[in-house]
Amino acid sequence: MKPFVEIDQVSLRYGGEADGLLALDRVDLTIGKGDFVSIVGPSGCGKSTLLKAVTGLWPVTGGEVRVAGSRVRGPLKFVGMAFQNSTLLPWRNTLENVLLPLEIVEPHCSRFRSHRREYEEIALELLNTVGLHGFATKDIWELSGGMQQRVQLCRALIHEPSLLILDEPFGALDAFTREELWDVLQELCMERKPTVVLVTHDLREAAYLADRVLVMSARPGRFILEHKVAADRPRSLDLTYDHDFVDMVRELREHISSARTAAPDMEGTNR
Amino acid sequence: MNKLLYQALPWLVIVGMFVLWELIVRLFGIPSFFLPPPSDVFVTLWTQLGPITEHALITLYETLGGFALATVVGAALGVALGASPLVHHSTYPMLIGFNTVPKSALVPIIVMWFGIGVVPAIVTSFMISFFPIVVNVATGIATVEPELQDVLRSLGASKRVILRKVSIPRSLPYLFAALKVAITFAFVGAIVSEIIAANSGIGHLTSVASAELDSSLAFAGLLVISAMGVGMYVVMERIERRTTRWSVRGVDVVVG
Repeated sequence: MKPFVEIDQVSLRYGGEADGLLALDRVDLTIGKGDFVSIVGPSGCGKSTLLKAVTGLWPVTGGEVRVAGSRVRGPLKFVGMAFQNSTLLPWRNTLENVLLPLEIVEPHCSRFRSHRREYEEIALELLNTVGLHGFATKDIWELSGGMQQRVQLCRALIHEPSLLILDEPFGALDAFTREELWDVLQELCMERKPTVVLVTHDLREAAYLADRVLVMSARPGRFILEHKVAADRPRSLDLTYDHDFVDMVRELREHISSARTAAPDMEGTNR
Repeated sequence: MNKLLYQALPWLVIVGMFVLWELIVRLFGIPSFFLPPPSDVFVTLWTQLGPITEHALITLYETLGGFALATVVGAALGVALGASPLVHHSTYPMLIGFNTVPKSALVPIIVMWFGIGVVPAIVTSFMISFFPIVVNVATGIATVEPELQDVLRSLGASKRVILRKVSIPRSLPYLFAALKVAITFAFVGAIVSEIIAANSGIGHLTSVASAELDSSLAFAGLLVISAMGVGMYVVMERIERRTTRWSVRGVDVVVG
């Protein structure tokens, strides 16, 4: 498959200075177009930092990142993103929140006003597919945590981005809601085929959703293990009780705990 | 608690305060010029309603003038300070220094510049009320969640777009919190200026009344000011609830 994201010997020091804390140490990773990659690792290992490097939000201090063939020199302008905590805008209703990227991203932003109805239709349809039929005019605080994450997914995908960045999007949800949303995400990704990078602490989640799971070492982050997940899509939750799957999750877990003990406790240094 | 009682509670407290005041004056036989009983004050308020209203309207005019200026200048400065760390870094100490100067000390100078009349009161009212607006708006602008900024920046949003779509709407509750403080400050500014140098307004009325030992007239004036202050506060709150319903959800504020 054609490479879409190429991370080539990327190092990143916080603050960009020579004496800054080294967060990433010569990381290499190539992600094919339409691939779904999960990144797991001990707390504070630089997973979120890697996402910032990939999207160009933080400049790298060594190596280079290429997306769609061209070198990343500043923030990319088309990425869909979702985070653990709700970053929805409380003064906009559900539909208006989903529409936000279309007001910003080219080419939609210049024709947004004149084609608003059309875009609203698209947004409503997307809300329907994530199970939020009839919630379009609801205010954000009227939605449960799981619903808010559904809206965040819609907002991340409304402009059909070729790159989707997910930083623990389901981290704050209860187990049942989380598993429900795995399938929502899986369905959306199968339909739209964006390239996805998912950072998560949930190893089952990482393996269930991804084509490849990468384990990162403690800071400074490097990849120490890669697992391909071969199971066909659509996957069902039964897969997570499958023998091979359980073994894989256990192996991932062991690698992370040894990475944790190899380094001092990094708890609370996530950002 | 009974809902009706709950809503009546602020009024009951006010009435209770007047009753207590009346009782203290009567029980201890305090002379009227020293502290008039509220009953006297209300009688004065009624008999002098014409002139009191005239002065009160002037004070209200000055206050609203100063407050409007403070809102415009304060919000603009707040946005600048909140959006640019450089502007914040370079101007904040000066603003603090300016805010520390007692405004009553400036009134004579302002009078020297603009002459006696409504202008010094408007200027004083502006000076005393703009600072909380600056600080609050700047805080609202500067504390946009980093993740939210990431979402927007990776969509290609410029600083200006982020300001317009996120920072400014997000800072509205901060603005209204400040406006509620600022409107009461604005009254203080106008009155202080009137007391020092003016020939109209409630401040002028009360200082003349005090000089003539007409305490009940002085208190009547102050009562009117308090009432206007509460009234304007309620107006601010109504506007706040209408425009930023999302930030006051579920909080039932029972004023007025």
